[in-house]
Amino acid sequence: MCVYTRRYAAKQYYRGQTGRLANLSPVKVRKFGQIHSNKFELCDIWAYIPCPIQKQLVRDMSGKTLYDKIWDAHLVRTGEDGTALLYIDRHLVHEVTSPQAFAGLRMAGRQLWRADSILAVPDHNVPTTDRAAGIEDPVSREQVNVLDNNCDEFGITEFKMDDVRQGIVHVVGPEQGATLPGMVVVCGDSHTSTHGAFGALAFGIGTSEVEHVLATQCLIQKKSRNMRVVVDGRVKSGVTAKDIVLAIIGKIGTAGGAGYTIEFAGEAIRALSMEGRMTVCNMAIEAGARAGMVAVDDKTIEYVKGRPFSPSGETLGQAVAYWRTLYSDDDAIFDAEVILKAVDIKPQVTWGTSPEMTVAIDATVPDPADEMDEVKRNGMQKALDYMGLKPGIAIKDISVDRVFIGSCTNSRIEDLRAAAEVVKGRKVAAVVKQAMVVPGSGLVKKQAEQEGLSVIFQEAGFEWREPGCSMCLAMNADRLKAGERCASTSNRNFEGRQGQGGRTHLVSPALAAAAAIAGHFIDVAHLENL
Amino acid sequence: MRAFVTHSGIVAPLDCSNIDTDAIIPKQYLKSTCRSGFGVTLFDDWRYLEPGEPGQDHGQRKINPDFVLNQPPYDRATILLARDNFGCGSSREHAVWALTDFGFRAVIASGFADIFFNNSFKNSLLPIVLKEKYIDFLFQIVNDNPGYQLQIDLTQQRISGDDFEAIGFEVDKFSKHCLLNGLDDIGLTLEHSDSIRDYEGEHRRQAPWLFRA
Repeated sequence: MCVYTRRYAAKQYYRGQTGRLANLSPVKVRKFGQIHSNKFELCDIWAYIPCPIQKQLVRDMSGKTLYDKIWDAHLVRTGEDGTALLYIDRHLVHEVTSPQAFAGLRMAGRQLWRADSILAVPDHNVPTTDRAAGIEDPVSREQVNVLDNNCDEFGITEFKMDDVRQGIVHVVGPEQGATLPGMVVVCGDSHTSTHGAFGALAFGIGTSEVEHVLATQCLIQKKSRNMRVVVDGRVKSGVTAKDIVLAIIGKIGTAGGAGYTIEFAGEAIRALSMEGRMTVCNMAIEAGARAGMVAVDDKTIEYVKGRPFSPSGETLGQAVAYWRTLYSDDDAIFDAEVILKAVDIKPQVTWGTSPEMTVAIDATVPDPADEMDEVKRNGMQKALDYMGLKPGIAIKDISVDRVFIGSCTNSRIEDLRAAAEVVKGRKVAAVVKQAMVVPGSGLVKKQAEQEGLSVIFQEAGFEWREPGCSMCLAMNADRLKAGERCASTSNRNFEGRQGQGGRTHLVSPALAAAAAIAGHFIDVAHLENL
Repeated sequence: MRAFVTHSGIVAPLDCSNIDTDAIIPKQYLKSTCRSGFGVTLFDDWRYLEPGEPGQDHGQRKINPDFVLNQPPYDRATILLARDNFGCGSSREHAVWALTDFGFRAVIASGFADIFFNNSFKNSLLPIVLKEKYIDFLFQIVNDNPGYQLQIDLTQQRISGDDFEAIGFEVDKFSKHCLLNGLDDIGLTLEHSDSIRDYEGEHRRQAPWLFRA
């Protein structure tokens, strides 16, 4: 894999992470003076750093990135101190991060600015088993009730728990056409980056910022820097969007995108479906970037058309004309650029407690002793201890107790189709205590049932559940027990994320399905040999 | 919002990078609809030896004696020292509420996750970014002198201790202004209501499909 970076390389070098750079050498860096040409040239990584004035001059003369365009189009005002007031088009709301914001609004005696910009849906606390009985846990039930009451009181559109349109907020938004190209989308949820797949600027916010948007329709923001991650060429068969994004995170690290908005580009990204692009943008936050985005193309527009919240008739034509301008200009300047060769990317499995701790399915668990940096080495050892793994074990020899197919990363129809294709005609291994599929929304569930996917899963021994966040973060009853190991299509393998003491390995839907069948991690291509 | 001008307090060292908000406050406590009461479950999985649930008497739970915040005098710490990418992961502001509820007024680290960083300022928790060499230095001095105290002066943007000259830090002008004066930024934004309405009118003309009502 070849990585070209400018600011990023220098930053890493400065931090003394020479071990990583050495692996990538020679580091190819785009020289500042050659920014207008598309040529890449080998040079000393210290050579590129321009002085800020020089950089600003060139930036002013050059084109805009996709992020620049959307930012500029939503700038209400810039204060003397440089702070920007940014207008918000779509505010997605769920039950966990909004109650204190509504309470704050009431306490201050403030009005809701624009109810029609909001779409609300409970997703974190909802049960994935029979909903008829409601929510058993009284604390969870209360939180969902508070959302229902707030939406009723303020006149906000909400898909309540018994609505077929209910589901994970980041699945529901795009599915309803509530996420459109060129929008600024926010939600009190870090995985809001998902919506950037539509050529929108979408990022997660805290509860105080939720309250700020409710009251003002704006946010006080500092502009991020621009990073482009190019995945060049086509991926090999069996490599999915999840593998691409895990490989990117493995390369730049969980803090690699901090302070940046990442635009994902290149042939491999363009070749992805909208579902695949959502998977990639969803995990931009796992690379430290608040927002990830992909330029608009025909696929974007085709996906958006005809959905309940999408424009139609004459307005659609007007919208499409604008949407077609949503790409980065050829001469736009990125503060950092990372290039991966798609052909080098293999199916990924995480081995540790941070999404950057990822390796290929045919690799072994890395040895902390090989890491030069002391803080990183300690982090690796801590992760191995928590995960109950030893260095040098082949990933394929790691057995799993549970399998979870779901979450805002991988619970859309395409994900379920990919998993069902692997599962079809096979049985979940006896050693696997539980394998479950949790569709991203009621509509995804319905479609999967119409396509016969639910039958394939159930015949294989999977549980077919109601939609919600479920075991991605285990706020409802779906959780791992201490020491249990899970092949999960979710986005975070943090300690305790899926239940205290639970051990999470992040994988694609196809790999999760394969692990369920084999009882251990296995490349889908090798499943036949069982 | 509570103002932050100067602060002096004990520094607790937490020598890891990538401390995520799931670790700062686990998911089961996010079911609360209040902003307070999270301090007792801050770093819950690391702080207690047995699992916890909301509503239980946490005073009865077995604590982990090896965890820094359970070791006096760090149970009275008000400044947290950590490594890169502090507060990564989930956007949950409950992580900041848990830190402030415990008594923390500042976190010093070599880097913060963006959402956590923003959330901190909204709650008068000062996130201070220092270069790694200063972080290494502070870890050494704090580890060598348990209970070590630092003074933070936001007006002067500097940290000082008994054994060293001041270390300067950056903070953006707007956040500093809000913190020094304890200002509510919603109130400040609403002073620009006319600008927002003007923008909104123009935006509606240019992109009518974004407005349903």
